[in-house]
Amino acid sequence: MRHLLSAADLDVAEITEILDLGEEMALVQGRPVKKLPALRGRTVVNLFFEDSTRTRSSFELAGKWLSADVINISAKGSSVSKGESLRDTVLTVASMGVDALVIRHMASGAPLQAARWFAELGLGVHVLNAGDGTHEHPTQALLDAFTLRKHFRTQDPSRDGFAGRRIAVVGDITHSRVARSNVALLTTLGAQVVLVAPPTLLPAGVDGWPVEVRTDLDEVLGEVDAVMMLRVQRERMSGGYFPTPREYTVGYGLTRARLGLLRPDAAICHPGPMNRGLEISADAADSAGSLILDQVAAGVAVRMSVLYQLLGGADEGGALR
Amino acid sequence: MTSPTSSPTSAPTSGDVLVLGADLAGTGPGDLLIRDGRFADPRDAGPDAHRVDAYGLVALPGLVDLHTHLREPGREDAETVTTGTAAAARGGYTAVLAMANTSPVTDTAEAAEHLLDVGRSAGSAQVVPIGAVSKGLAGEELAELGLMARSSAATRVFSDDGHCVADARLMRRALEYVRAFDGVIAQHAQDPRLAGPDACCDEGPVSGRLGLPGWPAVAEAGIVARDVGLAELTRSRLHVCHVSTAETVDVLRWAKQRGIEVTAEVTPHHLLLTVDELLGYDPTYKVNPPLRSTEDVAAVRDALTDGTIDVVATDHAPHARHDKEHAFVDAASGMLGLETALAVVVETMVRPGSLGWHEVATRMSSVPAHIARLPGQGRPLTVGEPANLVLVDPTRRARVDRDASVSLSRNNPWHGRELPDPVVATWWAGRSTYGR
Repeated sequence: MRHLLSAADLDVAEITEILDLGEEMALVQGRPVKKLPALRGRTVVNLFFEDSTRTRSSFELAGKWLSADVINISAKGSSVSKGESLRDTVLTVASMGVDALVIRHMASGAPLQAARWFAELGLGVHVLNAGDGTHEHPTQALLDAFTLRKHFRTQDPSRDGFAGRRIAVVGDITHSRVARSNVALLTTLGAQVVLVAPPTLLPAGVDGWPVEVRTDLDEVLGEVDAVMMLRVQRERMSGGYFPTPREYTVGYGLTRARLGLLRPDAAICHPGPMNRGLEISADAADSAGSLILDQVAAGVAVRMSVLYQLLGGADEGGALR
Repeated sequence: MTSPTSSPTSAPTSGDVLVLGADLAGTGPGDLLIRDGRFADPRDAGPDAHRVDAYGLVALPGLVDLHTHLREPGREDAETVTTGTAAAARGGYTAVLAMANTSPVTDTAEAAEHLLDVGRSAGSAQVVPIGAVSKGLAGEELAELGLMARSSAATRVFSDDGHCVADARLMRRALEYVRAFDGVIAQHAQDPRLAGPDACCDEGPVSGRLGLPGWPAVAEAGIVARDVGLAELTRSRLHVCHVSTAETVDVLRWAKQRGIEVTAEVTPHHLLLTVDELLGYDPTYKVNPPLRSTEDVAAVRDALTDGTIDVVATDHAPHARHDKEHAFVDAASGMLGLETALAVVVETMVRPGSLGWHEVATRMSSVPAHIARLPGQGRPLTVGEPANLVLVDPTRRARVDRDASVSLSRNNPWHGRELPDPVVATWWAGRSTYGR
């Protein structure tokens, strides 16, 4: 794997390898001394054009626990307004001799463009997409799959994998990079994905996606093994996509009342940060079925796994075990 | 597309030129004598006339581009009148209509006359200023349309291109007002409420998948539907810039059947490229209106064939490299077009048999000249007419190399593609402006 740009680029074997290695990384997380020498001497730069607390710190911890040198660069604000082109910004950082660039950008496609410019110039830097606009967030989908896989295995050790599992993704699908990456990853793994949203928040062309599309949440809840609630971005609340936050909650929020519609063993996920009381109630977020904190923990393990996959191959000298 | 700057070995810049044996715009072979800027009777050619062997070539009247961005004044790092008209000559054009969205905007008689003067001294093709419809392209108050019309630039085409004249009342007044001097309003049809400044991808499966802000077809067709109604109401002339969707074609067909005075253009890129080019997020393919579906491409080709779309116009939009090297949604919109327009028309319309050479001459020369009320351009290749001429090789092909362009910019969507390479030589008012 040269880069991690899109969840759609991964096949079952690659996903399984990342998740399996993530399990081993999770063991490190539980140790008092959380340090592996695997990426000693390698440099990882978190280049964040957009604010992020959890993704950035998760990548930072992942790199540090693998002994990589990690620095964070905040390049907030569009490059247009600063007068520097995106190409100049990413080439400047890459030219410092870094091994991997973890890019978060408010514009869809920016990490893919960076990877193309590096290829044109023969630069060997690896690119990890840490969320690009409304396009993709592949490590989020990987950590979601990691969390759900573990949950499903605990529930029923005799049943393996995602085949036959139904997973609902609820909320602003149009503007969600989490939804796009999860649709790609979960369907590759064999799960059935059900997208639930008001029609104003369903993307153009969704009928061609390998998913089921529904607009009534109540009908769906009893049918699924897991429900993934998406964050409603503040700017959408006044964007005319739905009349009021109150109406959104009544239609699409995982309220206390709706908890009763879920099957008792169904899992509840949320990529964070949560708008408690809007798309998810406190009762749901803190319920027994909630995997929300497991997702956060999984984030570090999965990102360690991805960094190792990209940077620590045996040919590059970083033995894990 | 290889030797763009080579001066014509076959054609001197002065003296009589006798062009022998070219197919005269699809009417059969004949000879042309260029003398003192006009076509003269070939039988009058003296023994010292420079003879050009044009057997097997096609002669067309010099092409006229209704939609060019020359970037001067204001962005001379992207294009100048000199380089833009050199690109025009390279593409077989003898006249370009220069859009008003320069800095400053061409929204006064003085600005129009200045551009006219620069074109006269620096140009390799006639530069015809387009006037802004609204002051500063702001879409609020009418620019001084009448003063521009009365100026030495004799402006007849007015456009806020780059921006839609979205306000229905302003559009109505503009159409009404220019009727007094036979002007035309060239509308950039984009409902700003349906396709705002971030809209950059045809709304459909590709925009949904890539997470790019969608630009729905109805944002174009809706404005065109309104504007043909306003043209009917005001009995004035409407021209629709860069038609990109099947829906707009349907509206135009309906309007023309009603007898409304509407004309329309399609760009070369909308005749050949589709939204699938955006899959790699390469801003070279970012253009406004955006590249559309294969169904839309088929519809605009059919419309150009049957005359529902009257002309091909390039929307030649040079951009400095760094303005294209942003994230896709942030990058500048537009692509080069002048040098390759005829190549794309040959590829998409002539080779498949949809248009003959006579129809190419109407859609790229005589009709655009007529829409712009340009005397002396788009005229037949007959004795006494201005010697605006392009010689075309109908079979030659070449791989497009963006670095071989005479434009200052390199935002060339055709780079690396094999296309026809038709333009052999161009004369503007009897003067050789390009030769291979």
